[in-house]
Amino acid sequence: MSARTYAPNERDPAQQEAHFRYVLRLGDTSLVLGQRLGEWVGHAPALEEDLGLANLALDLIGQARLLLTYAGELEGRGRDEDALAFLRDAPEFANLTLAEQPNGDFGHTIVRQWLLDAWQLEIYEGLRVSADTRLGAIAAKAIKETRYHHRFSSGWLIRLGDGTQESHDRVQAALDSLWRFTAELFAADDVDERMKAAAIAPALTELAPRWSARIDEDLRAATLKRPAAQPYPWHGRRGVHTEHLGHMLTEMQHLQRTYPGVRW
Amino acid sequence: MYTQALDTHGKEPLPAATGESGAQAQRFQARVDAEDKIEPKDWMPDAYRQTLIRQISQHAHSEIVGMLPEGNWITRAPSLRRKAVLIAKVQDEGGHGMYLYSAAETLGISRAQMFEQLLSGTAKYSSIFNYPTLTWADLGAIGWLVDGAAIMNQIPICRCSYGPYARAMVRICKEESFHQRQGFEIMLTLAQGSGAQRAMAQDALNRWWWPSIMMFGPSDADSKHTAQSMRWKIKRFSNDELRQKFVDITVPQAQFLGLAIPDRELRWDPGTQHYLIGPIDWNEFHAVLKGNGPCNRERLEARRAADEAGRWVREAAAAHARKQSTRTPQAP
Repeated sequence: MSARTYAPNERDPAQQEAHFRYVLRLGDTSLVLGQRLGEWVGHAPALEEDLGLANLALDLIGQARLLLTYAGELEGRGRDEDALAFLRDAPEFANLTLAEQPNGDFGHTIVRQWLLDAWQLEIYEGLRVSADTRLGAIAAKAIKETRYHHRFSSGWLIRLGDGTQESHDRVQAALDSLWRFTAELFAADDVDERMKAAAIAPALTELAPRWSARIDEDLRAATLKRPAAQPYPWHGRRGVHTEHLGHMLTEMQHLQRTYPGVRW
Repeated sequence: MYTQALDTHGKEPLPAATGESGAQAQRFQARVDAEDKIEPKDWMPDAYRQTLIRQISQHAHSEIVGMLPEGNWITRAPSLRRKAVLIAKVQDEGGHGMYLYSAAETLGISRAQMFEQLLSGTAKYSSIFNYPTLTWADLGAIGWLVDGAAIMNQIPICRCSYGPYARAMVRICKEESFHQRQGFEIMLTLAQGSGAQRAMAQDALNRWWWPSIMMFGPSDADSKHTAQSMRWKIKRFSNDELRQKFVDITVPQAQFLGLAIPDRELRWDPGTQHYLIGPIDWNEFHAVLKGNGPCNRERLEARRAADEAGRWVREAAAAHARKQSTRTPQAP
């Protein structure tokens, strides 16, 4: 990343829009993943995991609040965190498609979490030196949480992969099923290019190999096989989602939609 | 959150084990009378141990089952702040369950045994969690009333004669009082909100008032273990005393909210300086305790389903731990 200092008043409208989109994508990914984890609370395989998953959910909702609040300010249309979370339809959501995938069994949830934790580790690490100091401060807080999340998810990936034959098979099946969503993680588009050029965001091309190396290391320890790369028709970050997101939002947004304009 | 005085609904305390000398029993009671804390390795009457195991494990189960009615609204919380606060609250309850199971373990029972008792339906948990959370206002009512009643029950347990239970309760009470304020704040927001929100708040109060009143357990006349528990300083106040305290504190709060307590006979008695409530429907209470409440079946099924679905995960963790221990190189 260059040492160029980011100055908000230099933004042109396209740049401003890209900046909003970039922060929105991060916020939506945290929100949608946190919402999914919230479904687990009270139903996990053991009490410790119940608390662990709730902790992850709490951190992710916390990140979403900071990021969506900031996104709303960048957009400049008066939308706060709740307007963005509760009053947008699925095509306006910009989360990674992987984050919205259903929980499945505990193995599925762990694989989804681990893939995204490893992604967030790279993204937040890169954002700590962002020319956008507000985003840098959010990333500095989030990276600490994410390191713990990755310890939790990689720890379970290894336990399940290198546990019993049943757990190995289940978690390998989860990995085979979810791997198709990973190509989106580092596929840069115009928003990413603009943010990189403005030294706001790290270059995704530089992060991808580091993510991949970490994934391989964990997979080795878990005795799991990395699936072959697959073409990806999903573009959650551009609002092209799987069918699952609409159902999640219907539930999440129910009260705000049913009783518009009131305070909760 | 906790639990009515469930200790009054278990089996009779076991008779003193053979070999317990009268002198030991006397020394024990003298320590209790002197407000000394009894610790895990100290001698204690077997009936004291059994009473505590029953009470603490029921309390722990109540925390764990209590995660379900509130967890029911995590995915639908109406703002991100409310969602975060609710997740944190339900997580606190899981944490309370964990330290209570640990406190019970110091008395010689394992968490696995206690879980088994819960899942098989032999252990009890607070009847309040067998009521459904139907609207968002129920989350406010639970915090305000159920956690409020729980605090009333639990504050005296901070001075319980059994050290591990008393210490666990100090921390739990701090968190519960936070939950209670959060619940009241939800109710206040709704009470000051739109007509639909006010109606939602009133409806929640209508449904949660009497079950909360019943959390204190049967009236003193029907409460069979109170005297012994009081001698052992496990219990400090009777069910009716605690219930009255709760009513006296809560009625003015409802007035402040502008909500009506669903009791036509409720009145202020200048003579006793207390609010007097109408008759409690003990048939409902006993029906719920016997398993015939609105959600008894659902709550236990949810716990059993989680246990069953998590079995392969727990087996994997154990298998992995075994592999690791054989791989760990021995120290030279």
